[in-house]
Amino acid sequence: MRINIEVNGNLKTYDVAPDDYLLDTLRADNIFSIKRGCETSSCGVCTVLMDGKAVQSCTILSVKAEGHKITTIEGHQKEAKKLSEHFGHQGADQCGYCNSALALTVHAMKDEIKEPTNEDIKEYLVGNLCRCTGYEAQHRAIKLCLEDDE
Amino acid sequence: MKVVNQALPSVDGKGLMMGKKAYSDDYAEPNSLIVKVLRSPHPYAKIVKIDTTKAEALDGVELVLTYKDFDRRPFTRAGQGYPEPSPHDKFVLDNYVRYIGDEAAAVAAVDVRTAEKALKLIDIEYEVLEPVLDFETAFENKIIIHPEPEIHEMFPIGFDPKKNLAASYHMHVGDVDKSLEESEVVIEQSFYTHAQAHVMIEPHTVNSRMDYQGRLVIYSSTQTPIHVRRIISQALDYPLSKIRVIKPRVGGGFGGKQQVHGEMFVATVTIKTGKPAKMIYTRKEVFESSYSRHPMRFDLKLGSTKDGVLKAIDAYVVSDTGAYGEHALTVFMVAAAKVFPLYNKVDSVRFHGNVVYTNHTPGGAYRGYGAIQGNFALESAIDMLCHKLDIDPIEFRHKNMIKETETSPIFKIMGEGGEGIEMFMDTCKLDYCVKRGYELIKWKDIYPNKYLGNSKYKGVGMAIAMQGSGIPYIDMASATIKLNDDGFYNLMIGATDIGQGSDTILSQIAAEALGTTLDNVIPYSSDTDLTPFDTGAYASSTTYVSGNAVLKAGKEMRQMIINEAAKVFNVKPEDVEYDGVVLKSGENEITLKELSNRLYYNEDQKQLQITSSYYGTKSPPPFMAGFVEVNVDKETGEVEIVDYVSVVDCGTTINPMLAKGQVEGGIVQGIGMAMYEEVIYTKKGKLVTNDLMNYRIPTRREINKLTTEFADSYEKSGPYGAKSVGEIGIDTPPAALANAVYNAVGVRITTLPITPEKILMALKEKEKGE
Repeated sequence: MRINIEVNGNLKTYDVAPDDYLLDTLRADNIFSIKRGCETSSCGVCTVLMDGKAVQSCTILSVKAEGHKITTIEGHQKEAKKLSEHFGHQGADQCGYCNSALALTVHAMKDEIKEPTNEDIKEYLVGNLCRCTGYEAQHRAIKLCLEDDE
Repeated sequence: MKVVNQALPSVDGKGLMMGKKAYSDDYAEPNSLIVKVLRSPHPYAKIVKIDTTKAEALDGVELVLTYKDFDRRPFTRAGQGYPEPSPHDKFVLDNYVRYIGDEAAAVAAVDVRTAEKALKLIDIEYEVLEPVLDFETAFENKIIIHPEPEIHEMFPIGFDPKKNLAASYHMHVGDVDKSLEESEVVIEQSFYTHAQAHVMIEPHTVNSRMDYQGRLVIYSSTQTPIHVRRIISQALDYPLSKIRVIKPRVGGGFGGKQQVHGEMFVATVTIKTGKPAKMIYTRKEVFESSYSRHPMRFDLKLGSTKDGVLKAIDAYVVSDTGAYGEHALTVFMVAAAKVFPLYNKVDSVRFHGNVVYTNHTPGGAYRGYGAIQGNFALESAIDMLCHKLDIDPIEFRHKNMIKETETSPIFKIMGEGGEGIEMFMDTCKLDYCVKRGYELIKWKDIYPNKYLGNSKYKGVGMAIAMQGSGIPYIDMASATIKLNDDGFYNLMIGATDIGQGSDTILSQIAAEALGTTLDNVIPYSSDTDLTPFDTGAYASSTTYVSGNAVLKAGKEMRQMIINEAAKVFNVKPEDVEYDGVVLKSGENEITLKELSNRLYYNEDQKQLQITSSYYGTKSPPPFMAGFVEVNVDKETGEVEIVDYVSVVDCGTTINPMLAKGQVEGGIVQGIGMAMYEEVIYTKKGKLVTNDLMNYRIPTRREINKLTTEFADSYEKSGPYGAKSVGEIGIDTPPAALANAVYNAVGVRITTLPITPEKILMALKEKEKGE
């Protein structure tokens, strides 16, 4: 069946099966920032914003995205670049597999919470798992990035 | 130093965060056949009949593979150097399945849906066999897991499949029985460690195609592209020269991607059909059907004088390698070889035991590689001994642990699956690490505990650890540096960046040697057609072994540039001054940019390129002291980790920030093993903890504070003074946390993970006894 989704500001039409997941539909359209990690909404690397809210594309059927606005980090390159500079300086980069989704979720958090505390940040990003960094350097970088905005 | 020992941003972080095409699946052909594997529902069974006709008839199914499609050619997926110290006990597909999740058949189809449907249409009649699920009863069990005659060891590793032995080993120094008899204080305790999962966030991913020259090109998320190429060639009897393995960006490895996973299937599909193919493991497959850490039981005895001089270490160990013997012997040996030398003043040491087959998911390479298991046992036991002796554990360690310039006889006796080499500690700042950690954690103020009110106790615990820096006389690395017109460089390395930052730190080493800036060196890793030989990212080898190769290449390239300038100036090379940008001799001057443009376009035309190799002749251990502050609730058994202090001697850090990331990532993975990551099998051998909801890795919520520092240290055999740092971080948390819990509430947990339930049970037992 054909569905219409606005992806990063562009109206797109996809031919999908009823049981296709959004992750596969978008990756087939060369959106490489979203990744496959667990198939159970547990790791966060497939995060996209649906109408501005972070959701897991590995468990959302593509047909459910019909008529919605989907944003990935491809649509927020400036924010990604800015956060990545802090990541670089804090030594928070490792394998990078979770980083695009993390940047996107940080962006969503900024929209949702004004001046988030340490606890707010941890709570908001708890679903973005990272196995490489031990989180501490990521946390420093995210805080500095938020301070930049103030 | 201008580039080395500087906290420079990684060379690749920005592009990755921006979502650029980088990982293996990003490079899969859009029309790839989807490969799926039919996995065994039984822990042990023989395939009596297999009928694929219905699956083959399904529209969209290209190929169905069973054991009948493969020659009986045993190999090992271990991803080690050749010949491997792991038994050749695996067939691509076999008529036996040996654990729930083992491969029974494979399908290639046009899409996932069709492939999954086809799997259900394969008719298999199994003769279900009684499995061996308890590794403590596997040795000489009447059930033999590997009865097949073709399997073999490559050199003696104690392989004896008729006894369910993948490997066995014995070593001793001095007379342990006599030392223990003479010891005034002896403690004896068994410890159990479990099958921790790697949980690299990128699942195992591989894809293949035939290129226009008829060569098989594979993109694989691997730590060992050179080994992968060799193993595919050997297992499929396909010419090595016709295989190209490309490792693009890897989304985490931790040892989990040292071995081969789906490579044999996608390669076979592409060879047989000529069509591109791809395979991505589901998370369930990563848990059930790849491999995990070898679970072990340590029966440990320590003997000492009553004033706290350690005299003897005696360990009998059983390790569970699961259905296949990958890394069976070497992980086992590291449990002593990279742990017991910490206490080098003992009169005697014995370490022996068996690595047994069971019908569980196999064990394999995993960050820490035996050392974390051994460390948990030994460092817990040392604290038990201190308690019995009524000596402060810090004082005991200062008295008994290894110091700079010293050695241990174990280094010569135990190596990678065979004998080792004699080694003196040119750098060992363990003394400093312990002293500094003691200050940072405020040991004096807390030890052993403080009552916080409301049934909560604050406690501190610690452990010391060592690892290695590559495998001497086995691991070889090489690096190619190419000077381009306009004066920038390509650095081609077989070393594989799996997220640990090796592309960055190897570029830093090259830039330092070349006298240039980091952005003037373009790293590329790794591609078996283009990059020079490197055994791969394992055994904490990249900074030390690959780093030394890069340093050598950088120095040689620098000299080549000077030689060319000398020709331009018509002087001797020793009369040329060079700062990495401008070459001078008296009045003469030429920039590198001008010289390189001259070399490629105008005069004395030639390509400047150098490949250098390095082969380690020793493996200087990094050391660390790990200290942890915990709050333990006696009512609930819950443990809050307040701060984890790491003080590390890894020589001089090439990039202090990235080195810190290695340590902290290791600490949190070690905390996961110690506290959260429980592995549960049903009585029938089915892994219950096979997804990220049931298998809980640490989230950012559990991590409060990590305090990480480095000792001032310079290892003169390392590149710019560096030793390795990839694994050392993971070793201390299990023992340090067990010791902290003991100090806080007085119960000793000897079976990992340390869960609230176990603490509560132990507290109840203790109350009963009192």
